[in-house]
Amino acid sequence: MDRLTILIIIPVLTVLALIFSTKRKSYRVIAAIGMSIQTLYSIYLLLEYLSIRQAGNTSEMVFTRSIIWFKPWNIRYEIGVDGIAVAMILLTSIVTVSGVFVSWRIKDLPKEFFVSLLVLATGVFGFFISLDLFTMFLFYELAVIPMYLLIGIWGSGPREYAAMKLTLMLMGASALLLVGILGLYMHSPLIEGQHTFSIQAIAHSPMALSDQLFFFPFVFIGFGVLGALFPFHTWSPDGHASAPTAVSMLHAGVLMKMGGYGVFRVALYLMPEAAHEMSWFFLILAGGSIMYGAFGALRQTDLKYINAYSSVSHLALVLFALLMMDAVSWTGSVLQMISHGLITALFFALIGMIYERTHTRDVTKMGGLMKVIPFIAMMYVMVGMASLGLPGMSGFAAELTIFVGAFQHSGVLERVFTVIAVLSIVVTAVYILRVVGKMLMGPIKTESFYHMDKARWYEKTAAILLLACILGIGIFPNWLYKLIRESVEPMIKLIQ
Amino acid sequence: MTWIDTITLMRNEWSILIIFLLLLATEILLDDRRQHQLIPLAIGLFAVHTIGSFFPGKAGELFGGMYRTNDLLHFMKAILNTAVLIILFQSYHWVKTELAPHGRAGAFYLLLFAVLSGMYFLISSGDFIMFFIGFELSTLPVAALTAFHLKEIRSTEAGIKLILLAGLASGIMLYGISLMYAVTGNLYFADFLVNTDHETLLIFGLVLFLSGLAFKISLVPFHFWAPDVYEGAPIAVTSFLSVVSKAAAVFILLILLLSVLPELSEIWKMILYILSVLTMTVGNLFALRQTNMKRFLAFSSIAQAGFILLGILASEAVGASTVVYFILIYVFTNLAAFGVVQAIKDATGKEEMVDYTGLYRTNPRLSLVMVLALFSLAGIPPMAGFFGKFFLFLAAAGKGYYTLVLIAVINVTISLYYYLLPVRAMLLRTSDAPLAHIRSGSMMRIGLILCVVGILILGMYSPLYDYILSLTNEWLQ
Repeated sequence: MDRLTILIIIPVLTVLALIFSTKRKSYRVIAAIGMSIQTLYSIYLLLEYLSIRQAGNTSEMVFTRSIIWFKPWNIRYEIGVDGIAVAMILLTSIVTVSGVFVSWRIKDLPKEFFVSLLVLATGVFGFFISLDLFTMFLFYELAVIPMYLLIGIWGSGPREYAAMKLTLMLMGASALLLVGILGLYMHSPLIEGQHTFSIQAIAHSPMALSDQLFFFPFVFIGFGVLGALFPFHTWSPDGHASAPTAVSMLHAGVLMKMGGYGVFRVALYLMPEAAHEMSWFFLILAGGSIMYGAFGALRQTDLKYINAYSSVSHLALVLFALLMMDAVSWTGSVLQMISHGLITALFFALIGMIYERTHTRDVTKMGGLMKVIPFIAMMYVMVGMASLGLPGMSGFAAELTIFVGAFQHSGVLERVFTVIAVLSIVVTAVYILRVVGKMLMGPIKTESFYHMDKARWYEKTAAILLLACILGIGIFPNWLYKLIRESVEPMIKLIQ
Repeated sequence: MTWIDTITLMRNEWSILIIFLLLLATEILLDDRRQHQLIPLAIGLFAVHTIGSFFPGKAGELFGGMYRTNDLLHFMKAILNTAVLIILFQSYHWVKTELAPHGRAGAFYLLLFAVLSGMYFLISSGDFIMFFIGFELSTLPVAALTAFHLKEIRSTEAGIKLILLAGLASGIMLYGISLMYAVTGNLYFADFLVNTDHETLLIFGLVLFLSGLAFKISLVPFHFWAPDVYEGAPIAVTSFLSVVSKAAAVFILLILLLSVLPELSEIWKMILYILSVLTMTVGNLFALRQTNMKRFLAFSSIAQAGFILLGILASEAVGASTVVYFILIYVFTNLAAFGVVQAIKDATGKEEMVDYTGLYRTNPRLSLVMVLALFSLAGIPPMAGFFGKFFLFLAAAGKGYYTLVLIAVINVTISLYYYLLPVRAMLLRTSDAPLAHIRSGSMMRIGLILCVVGILILGMYSPLYDYILSLTNEWLQ
């Protein structure tokens, strides 16, 4: 058994254990144990990875393994990770385990809930370790479809509508992606008379520019939809608003990162020339997204919508940095994916906790929460600061890196959008502080808010875990920066 | 050619004939009131027959080339057998309670096996005469089966509709064959197009001929019979029509186009391209608005046929292998869906989508089977349907049909919408008066378990696809 397959096997075994267990109380325990093991294993994987690098292994991918699956098509189960994938895996397991803790009190169909959640997680883990476009695509779809059930069954508000919209838009995106992947396959280098789905093999001999120009938009938009690229972002706010807490966390924290990761690993890495040619167009979309998301968040009063639009803005920053195509920006972009993953996960977890106590998500109807639920409110302030880029938090490290990288480009378009992106921080500060002011400070507006339950142990566990990671990255960004930078460098070297 | 060859090459045909005669004799000897004893006999015999059909056979020709067979054809017949066996399991309860008391169980099985033997001859035909005999034998008894619901007027209507339209289709097809014969002067597949120019008359004949087959596969615009017939017929017959009948027709279409008419590929590829786009799109658009589960599955199976054409368009051994592979998966997937519809109909008599509201709360297992089947039809991994569709698209893209693949994947997305509708009804919604818990019989369970195992295993188990590809490679050498 190789190291990476275990990342798939642990969630699958947990799912099986869930299916065969019959005690209602034991479901959440099983899910929590399974995902805790997964988190510990991810940490172990990170340490192992670091020690391998320390020992002087400089190959692009480590822990690789390639098993032939469908021989006639040369489809392989090909896995391997670099620093970026390791970081994403760690992020996924942390968000998933806190998602399980946050869902501790789920009442309706708990078994099915955890099974769906873990199937989703399995898809995400599989996606990040895949080095073969076929398996990558397979895991992508595997991660999307449980969202339908998770939002549709356990969601709130117009859940059926939101679930259907999300699923159709993401599956439509994956349809475009499929065309792109087929194109990449058909133009891939011939090895022993066979084409290949292997990302590494394609990257080392990319196809002709004319073909790249044809297939690049398919792949970029295919993944871009998942990364909530304007104007394909509309699934995301509705999906967030209707999803149950844990699902919002995974959705914004992890699932949307698959979009950024896919753009980076497939679209830009495998079709760099087309990326250079067409980056202006997508730069405009991404730049528009940054501002659109920020101003969208400004106008919302529903907590979940605010954070959903804020996610659109912050993820567009990821795509924006990726399109800059240089090592610093890419490093910043990956940092931003991780930082934003942790920050939004915590945001949505806290929103879930607040909603459970106030039964409203409308900011204007709340006030003075700091007095009754100090722990949750303090956490909210902290994560808000992280989101608007306060130094010492992960958001600062990520965004600063992105802007430093982007400012190297002296083209007019790049410069203009860099300035716009920097300005968006101001808007971010406005909508974050506005919520903090209205919801947490001031007098308590409603009688029933005087008596609220304090945060429970499982809620604290999830929140502290996430906040610790945010602070950890913020205070010691260097090791993560180095981890990512070392993996980005060979990729940049290859495509230039 | 010795008589031994006649038996070994035609073992499927012989074996079904023996079963047919045994059943006929038993039925005559049995008292009408004890007709239900026929059912286990029929299922048991047919199960043995199905298992037997999986052993690889011999390749060869009989009757001066009128009949031919090889490993691929044997495998196709085995697929058909598997499908029929699952249908027999799933229809057990219905036959026992609805048909046997009226002394009609025997007739049901006899007609079904007659159709199946017609399909064997259809697939194995070596000339147009045998082809036509097989075609008729595999169509006409189905009309009788369709009208098997004595009490329901819609069933009778469906039967009449089917026989009238099928007769028309046969006539047009026969006319096409005669036109082609007029040009080539030959009816044998083996040297059909030798020394012929592509005369207009030949092309005209081909178009008429293809429309006959398109009728049987229910490709748009030859699909008008399908929804009404599917809805009116008993569920066992509907699943037979939409799975077995369609599979047999696709097989013979594949065989004819790739091995008999490859010289005309420019023409039939153009025709199939248009038919494929029409079939996927129209099938999907009509499926969107269906509320009856049988009708819903009917339109979904029309749309699925459009995807299959992509594999035929890709042609050569690779394209053929994806088609056979997809059909194999399609058999298990669609029969799982029909099985659940049958189980619910058996227990409650309901088959509208509204009746399925909140089904998961009372019947989690049945709903799960249905969900798996629908996801597989929609092409969601890790269900088998994902692999089937992916390979069809891969084969088509390999021949440069990117536009067609794009249309197809957009259609897959549309189809996802309506495949999610029953999921929505069963899982997302709750009902004040959901269907009571259903305890389906052991036969139904076997049928459903077979399907579920197929859905979960067939896609991931890659040696299966390798095997099919080796068969088609051997065939087209």
